[in-house]
Amino acid sequence: MFERIPEQIRRLAIVFVIVIGGTVVLRYFVLPPSLFETRLHRESTIQREVAKQVKFAGTTVCGGCHEDTATVKRKGFHKNLSCESCHGPAAMHTEDPMTVKPFAPRKRKFCPLCHEYDPSRPTGFPQINVTIHNPLKPCITCHNPHHPEPPTVPRECSACHAGIARTKAVSHHALIACTTCHRASRKHKVSPRRVKPTKPDTREFCGKCHREGSKRKDAPKIDLSTHGGRYLCWECHYPHMPGVA
Amino acid sequence: MYRRSFLKGLLWFISARIFSRNGVTRAIASTNPDTTATTHANGKSIIKGYDPTRHRYAMGIDVDKCIGCNRCVEACTVENDVPPEPFFTRTWVERYVIKKDKSVHVENISNGSDGPKERLEEADILRSFFVPKLCNQCENPPCVQVCPVGATFSTEDGVVLIDSERCIGCGYCIQACPYGARYLHPKTRTADKCTFCYHRIVKGMLPACVEVCPTGARVFGDLKNRASRLVRFERMNKIHVLKPHLNTHPKVYYADLDGEVR
Repeated sequence: MFERIPEQIRRLAIVFVIVIGGTVVLRYFVLPPSLFETRLHRESTIQREVAKQVKFAGTTVCGGCHEDTATVKRKGFHKNLSCESCHGPAAMHTEDPMTVKPFAPRKRKFCPLCHEYDPSRPTGFPQINVTIHNPLKPCITCHNPHHPEPPTVPRECSACHAGIARTKAVSHHALIACTTCHRASRKHKVSPRRVKPTKPDTREFCGKCHREGSKRKDAPKIDLSTHGGRYLCWECHYPHMPGVA
Repeated sequence: MYRRSFLKGLLWFISARIFSRNGVTRAIASTNPDTTATTHANGKSIIKGYDPTRHRYAMGIDVDKCIGCNRCVEACTVENDVPPEPFFTRTWVERYVIKKDKSVHVENISNGSDGPKERLEEADILRSFFVPKLCNQCENPPCVQVCPVGATFSTEDGVVLIDSERCIGCGYCIQACPYGARYLHPKTRTADKCTFCYHRIVKGMLPACVEVCPTGARVFGDLKNRASRLVRFERMNKIHVLKPHLNTHPKVYYADLDGEVR
């Protein structure tokens, strides 16, 4: 049987056996098993991954120093909001509080990232129309970001004058109380048509903020002597939504 | 005569290796106790006071709560040094719009713009919502299967990591991922993806995206811990995963996911 295989094939078979056997010996007996081990590579990957710098400190850390703000925030609508959602990564600040200060968004374009109206946003999430909602003022003039609440009109007025209250709430004059311009006597509530509240009766009343040289910095200024002639301001400008109508 | 001495030396080396093999292994084992344990013992000695075998991380996403503000994407980019351009992100938010004619429009709102871009005609919309997406950290990850150099692997605690020093940047895994979660890092030219902020979670912190999410749409937790927020989230919601038919067993769980989401 064995003799019937030609000589050259037998020799070739020997070579094959030697090569295969050598490979097996080399792979399983000579080369150290650690050469095929993935454990070391994986460990070093995990080590590299773990050594990465943490940049967001986590909201629990902030309250340790900023106790007052944390107490205010805990009661408001933003109670579940992490500090770093708005203030950005602050791990550096926790290590060196004096020199590294976190970002504080003050611009008007920041809050609409969450609160601008978008049809894809869930129903019930507070959203505004940025173009008509009290234009050009930063959100923080009216809303405290740590305790956000819409500026309220005294219920005494808004109970009847809800339309005016809604309009005023999104206007430049949102922060001016009804009683700044109107004085309503107690009788107005009893017989609203007979006893009416007062309206500003001089141009100088609006001029307190809007005349040139007044201390109010953010109010638009006019020259009372040339602007508007003999008319009262509110005869042309609608004070509950100034600038628009 | 060099050849003769070389072959002789080789013969000695081989036989020596064969006979000393058991002894050497034992010697290594005695200095490093981890070697005797299962190959899964990695990590035990790497991270102090952290046992990866006792954790199994996963993420839950409450689709109804996402407002598409992109805070998560921004935080992830900062935390993980993802290059700001060309707009690769480890996590991203998709806007789904299903119109009244039943056509579905999907738009990635995280690639480079500040917030939502396109304004749709509101009367045409049947329903619309945002879906945050990220690496699903699959139990059965296709990206790990295809990697020709074994550079990507699942850790004991269920996170898929990439060895950036082994990765050759061939891009097979980027093709293999059914969720499009991987990208080629433009600087290192290696594959990169979400790691659940591995450097944070081993320290007991939340991933950066979960940390900053203003509405709590992202929930992170440990499946091996009965008292984790994620387990409760799973219990209280109807849970879906993306592309379940692919048998990848994702570990990012979506609550009340719309049937149109792919």
